[in-house]
Amino acid sequence: MKYKPVIGLEVHAQMLTETKIFCGCSTKFGSEPNTQTCPVCIGMPGVLPVLNKKALEFAVRTGLATGCTISLYSRFARKNYFYPDLPKGYQISQYELPICEHGRISIIVDGTVRKIGITRIHMEEDAGKNIHEDRGNFSFVDLNRAGVPLMEIVSEPDLRSPREAVEYMKKLRAVLRYLGVCDGNMEEGSLRCDANVSVRPSGQKEFGVKVEIKNINSFRFVEKALDYEIRRQIKVLGDGGKIIQETRLWDSGMGVTESMRGKEEAHDYRYFPEPDLVPIVVDKKWTDEIRVSLPELPDVKKERFVKDYGLSEYEASILTEEINTADFYEKIIAEGGNPKILRSGIITGIFGYMNQHGKTLGELPIKPVHLVNLSRMVETAEVSGTMAKTTVLFEMLDTGRMPEEIIKDKGLSQISDKEEIEKTVDDVLARNPKEVERFKAGEEKLMGFFVGQIMKLSKGKANPQVVNELLKKKLSS
Amino acid sequence: MELFRLTVAEARKLLDKREISATELINSVYRRIDAVEDRVRAFITLTRGQAAEMARNAGTKIKSAGPSSPMLGVPFAVKDNMCTKGILTTCASKILFNFTPPYESTITSRLNDEGYVLVGKTNMDEFAMGSSTENSGFHVTRNPWDLKRIPGGSSGGSAAAVAADECIAALGSDTGGSIRQPAALCGVVGMKPTYGRVSRYGLVAFASSLDQIGPITKDVRDSALLLNSIAGHDPLDSTSAPVSAPDFTAALGRDIKGLRIGIPGEYFIEGIDPEVARAVRDAIRKLESLGAVPVEVSLPHTGYAVATYYVLATSEASSNLARYDGVKYGFRAEGKDLMEMYMKTRSQGFGAEVKRRIMLGTYALSSGYYEAYYRKALQVRTLIKKDFEDAFKSVDVIVTPTSPSAAFKAGEKADDPLQMYLSDIFTISVNLAGVPALSVPCGFTPDNLPVGLQFIGKHFDEESVLQLAYAYEQATDWHKRDPDL
Repeated sequence: MKYKPVIGLEVHAQMLTETKIFCGCSTKFGSEPNTQTCPVCIGMPGVLPVLNKKALEFAVRTGLATGCTISLYSRFARKNYFYPDLPKGYQISQYELPICEHGRISIIVDGTVRKIGITRIHMEEDAGKNIHEDRGNFSFVDLNRAGVPLMEIVSEPDLRSPREAVEYMKKLRAVLRYLGVCDGNMEEGSLRCDANVSVRPSGQKEFGVKVEIKNINSFRFVEKALDYEIRRQIKVLGDGGKIIQETRLWDSGMGVTESMRGKEEAHDYRYFPEPDLVPIVVDKKWTDEIRVSLPELPDVKKERFVKDYGLSEYEASILTEEINTADFYEKIIAEGGNPKILRSGIITGIFGYMNQHGKTLGELPIKPVHLVNLSRMVETAEVSGTMAKTTVLFEMLDTGRMPEEIIKDKGLSQISDKEEIEKTVDDVLARNPKEVERFKAGEEKLMGFFVGQIMKLSKGKANPQVVNELLKKKLSS
Repeated sequence: MELFRLTVAEARKLLDKREISATELINSVYRRIDAVEDRVRAFITLTRGQAAEMARNAGTKIKSAGPSSPMLGVPFAVKDNMCTKGILTTCASKILFNFTPPYESTITSRLNDEGYVLVGKTNMDEFAMGSSTENSGFHVTRNPWDLKRIPGGSSGGSAAAVAADECIAALGSDTGGSIRQPAALCGVVGMKPTYGRVSRYGLVAFASSLDQIGPITKDVRDSALLLNSIAGHDPLDSTSAPVSAPDFTAALGRDIKGLRIGIPGEYFIEGIDPEVARAVRDAIRKLESLGAVPVEVSLPHTGYAVATYYVLATSEASSNLARYDGVKYGFRAEGKDLMEMYMKTRSQGFGAEVKRRIMLGTYALSSGYYEAYYRKALQVRTLIKKDFEDAFKSVDVIVTPTSPSAAFKAGEKADDPLQMYLSDIFTISVNLAGVPALSVPCGFTPDNLPVGLQFIGKHFDEESVLQLAYAYEQATDWHKRDPDL
């Protein structure tokens, strides 16, 4: 029997607020343990939470950007469980009345657009961190992270393959980064993902028994963990077994999911409305103001890039994945860069370089002006397109020097002078009389051979357009 | 007259006229404590050192002239569930036996700013759970009127301290009657303000949606004075109402002629001590003679109040008390692993009543029971609130007994939690509705035990409550009697 998977994701996104969600402590990552704490976030007796309005605003921004309905009346709730990294013995979260509901995100897989539903987005506080060091019989607790604001973004079970899950995560990350509400850094844990996955026979409408997978902390692992779990479930069913509802932990080292707890051991979190916080009443006028302030989002920007700059879908999508890349590109255009020239290898060259060196755009030593100048020099035929997207580009990316400097120093200027090129053309034709004859006999593909020889002799500096022109003239006479 | 017998208002006058000094006043209070505390046992911690310094500072401020703040130099007792920076704060629980907060509650911080003098931290039922102060993890407090009897609870230490003149005034907290019931049983004035009137920041939570700090004082004027100092919005407490507080003393002395006082039939039921009923009826006649107009009202859901309260309060408590896990502060029992440490810490650290309530609340919130208990109780709470709203359409203030009986003997109800829970039967609805209420002395039983009269007001209408209570108090002299210690 053929089985098909059904996947839903629960994504935890750490919000980029300066301070924690219920107190004034800093949210900075990587400080000495317990240096960013106060009586409120370490759960001392008698202290009370006060909602950080910025966190609420970020959640509303995210909701609006994903087409959610913003609840004008929502509530916090307590999720009760004991753990040393949870100082109050409960997490303040939202349960019955979340701030955002009924949204969606579009993804493109194999050229098809799929709309993935977002069930809800709610606010909650992060827990601290237990540290297990080899220091006798003790563990340590670091509460710097306790109280850092999170959004939990829950998707509908609309994803139909691990690839779709990855695309969804990527799109969600792009949206969050566009909005400036989350840095999307999975390594530092500011974006975390749990997955609910089940399989069902092809054609069956009802969902199978779902399993929750926790601890998926990179894009690569989203796909790997889901692939593994789907195969595992299909095998269990194929062997005549049954899937049990449980929570499994992804072990990235072993590349497997392992049972963490079954349904019977599932926590009873005893959710109830948080009595220390009044209900959140959101003003429609305020949400309208936020709606107006939303930036252009990836999908819209991509379409505009295709339309305005004549880019391919693929080029536009890599350029719009990160807002700073898109902004960088638009700045080049605004300052006079030629989109046609840029798309013929220069942009892809930069992305190739970034991948190869593991660098982000911000880490490269170039500014828009580098590319504006480079584009202009190609346009005015001061340098050949080939030279521009190879030697000049890479030197520029390595050193941050301006293209005109590089071209001058290395003598890479294009030769467009007809007389000078004509000498080389004549030289090449004279040296290859046999090929000239064959060409004249109809073997037109030899054109490339002549061009290649001429370029070689001119060290790539001859203007190919002029070369072509001259060759055609000479060979037809 | 001994200085320790002074009220806040009297002390203020004498201090400002420089007839007495803040140091003389605190010394007098401590002499009184030295004389009676071994019998009353109202305090968990006495803060003699700090008090002496606070009194000296107050003295300097008074001398430097300028208008003095109302509480400057006045000795206060504070219930031991309000966090005081650098001063032991135990909630009368072994689990916090060594807890010294690194922060100050908003309310004591306001009093600090006014220059009050902290006498000490008073005994209470552990985590404010109880009606007799017998649930203290440390010792039992006695009723100054009869040392064989309990002072009520959970603010029994504060009420006993005021009644025994071991302070000029005190702060208590009230979740289901914990200010008013001990005030009634000790013959003093106790007020629970409207929920949201007074900040809860730094008040160790028992049931967050019900807890409220309030004054326990020797008379009604002091109650208004102290409320002036503690009322008002606090940005650190989201549930504190963003409404400005009036000058509550302005209500004192206003004519009560024509004020309609509601008498709810549901509060004059079987089971109420006949002596208490008689004192309350006499008090209502007195009010009538002063011009108030009694009107019969009905609060039909009163019978469900105790059950509703014990579902909601314990549910919140089960969560509020989860933080006492031995990890961060307070008592920790060693265990071979995390789970054993948790279990031993909480088994040994909490007393029986606290554990009983944690279990009740945990049960009520558990999946499968939540709808039947917690959610149902929330719905009934709404009905109880509505009862009051309906009644207040036809009356200004509601008058009832504070407690169905006068002080009972220590140990009498200690083994019968249900009997104990019923001693709050007349005070609990007020917390569920969130309205303000005040208990004022209204007579004595033949055994010379005080009886309390409860005035219940509309939301944020403490003024009418104070106005009526003051008029009644001025027309009687119950509050002038002192226990024979």
